[in-house]
Amino acid sequence: MKTVNSKINAKRKIKVVLLRALCGISAAFTCALVLFLLVYILAKGVPNISWELLTTKRSYLTGKIGILPDILNTVYIIVATLIFVLPLGVGAAVYLTEYAKNKRIVAVIEYAAETLSGIPSIIYGLVGMLFFCQFLNMQTSLLAGALTLVIMNLPTVMRTTQESLKTVPQSYREGAFGLGAGKWRVIRTVVLPGCIDGVITGCILSVGRILGESAALLFTAGFAHALNGFFEGLGSAGATLTVSLYVYAKEQGEFGVAFAIAAILMVLTLLVNLLAMLVGRRFKRRQNYE
Amino acid sequence: MKKQKAFENFVHGIFLILGLITVGFVLLITLYLIIAGIPAIRKIGIWDFLFNTKWASTASEPSYGILPFILTSVYGTAGAIVLGVPVGFLTSVYLAKLAPAKIRTVVSGAVSLLAGIPSVVYGLVGMMVLVPGIRKLFHIPDGASLFAAIIVLAIMILPSIINVSITALEAVPKEYEDASLALGATPVETYFRVSVPAAKSGIAAAVVLGVGRAIGEAMAVMMVSGNAPNMPELFGSVRFLTTAVASEMSYSSGLQRQALFSIALVLFLFIMLINAALNFFLKRSKE
Repeated sequence: MKTVNSKINAKRKIKVVLLRALCGISAAFTCALVLFLLVYILAKGVPNISWELLTTKRSYLTGKIGILPDILNTVYIIVATLIFVLPLGVGAAVYLTEYAKNKRIVAVIEYAAETLSGIPSIIYGLVGMLFFCQFLNMQTSLLAGALTLVIMNLPTVMRTTQESLKTVPQSYREGAFGLGAGKWRVIRTVVLPGCIDGVITGCILSVGRILGESAALLFTAGFAHALNGFFEGLGSAGATLTVSLYVYAKEQGEFGVAFAIAAILMVLTLLVNLLAMLVGRRFKRRQNYE
Repeated sequence: MKKQKAFENFVHGIFLILGLITVGFVLLITLYLIIAGIPAIRKIGIWDFLFNTKWASTASEPSYGILPFILTSVYGTAGAIVLGVPVGFLTSVYLAKLAPAKIRTVVSGAVSLLAGIPSVVYGLVGMMVLVPGIRKLFHIPDGASLFAAIIVLAIMILPSIINVSITALEAVPKEYEDASLALGATPVETYFRVSVPAAKSGIAAAVVLGVGRAIGEAMAVMMVSGNAPNMPELFGSVRFLTTAVASEMSYSSGLQRQALFSIALVLFLFIMLINAALNFFLKRSKE
């Protein structure tokens, strides 16, 4: 009897150790993967980054490549997207948490938002091209690209704002109503200030997504490398960093430049992630105090 | 007072419009894809379009069969799931249940970095590391293949699988685990025999989300898969539904262009099916 028992125990022990080891190995593998990507890209990219690359535009006369226009285009598109997506996303979130009483409407809106976040970016690019570039006659332009990204990022901003609106205590609203404030006044003075952390989180997440987006911009914002001001830039075609990485790597074989851009994107992604983490932690702490 | 009421109604109306705008966008996308996608299917014939194995859009006698793209997308996604899900699942069990807090913070940070890396960067690394590696390892003339795409996709879906699974595993009531521990099961046995089955809807949702991500990915795949419209072979150059749209769009015209829209419509239908499945599992895991 005793031997049978210890046999079962040994079997059990081996199984437990094995499973635990498998879990640990998988996690270690994931980490190693991230580390490899980070080190490889930085090692290949950083030596190719030069002041000249960052501050000049591409010259077909001398054949020199500069990515200043691409950096600016990325900034323009981020700014333009946020300008449009913030009011839309915050407004939608306010409607859902403050106004909507009909459960069915809420369900439909939330289902629509989930659908939007599941649609692949290449489809956004296609519809953006058909609707903004052709139907609304914007041509291939940064503005058309930005508007396409507005649709893509709307669910993100909406969701983060909604989350933080839910944390505004009901008693604040009741207090304001009790003092005789109208609904709009309550929203403006009590509810909206309370959701600022959600809006900021939504902004950070959107910036991260826009930085990495390429498929949706290929046919809406185009490939041009011209150096423009903000408003002039919005009206004309332009490649963002990701799109120009693709063009340099896949179509022109300029791998040095491609890796330099990849390294820049990697550092920016790292920064965005850190920022999101810090902001998230700070807001959590603040909520706990309240 | 009346003025005040009218104003409040006006504000309410504005917020209602803002709220309904997401619905409007979904309708806009659906409508545009249907309107743009139907004409080519009608001209080519739905049977010929979906099940013809030959895509030769620029030939003098063009042929528009997208079966190679559909199969490539299905095989590519299946491959990515086969490779990605076990690693992602085990990592999530480790992070949710086994890892000490400090390690957890570090690994979670790494996972969210993985999620944030732009797809073109994955594509670039795939082009420079994976494709030559596959060529040397398997002695084939070109490493740009379905296999390379599967590996890239498997890595790209890891974060979605890990994050959604962790959420599901953490939502398992502590009483379940306590009961199992009290009956003499070891912690690891408890996690695999009790927590995982209890979280199975959430984990299914994670897999479905991974499927959606993999089937919709375009740029990274375009850079490593070779892009020839062949029937899928593991070490052959292939084209996915997404890359079929992306690779010809810039120079297409006429029926060829319309056919590309039809491909997008087919892709959209796949995504809607996956979304429905995702919602089903998410709802069930909430219950």
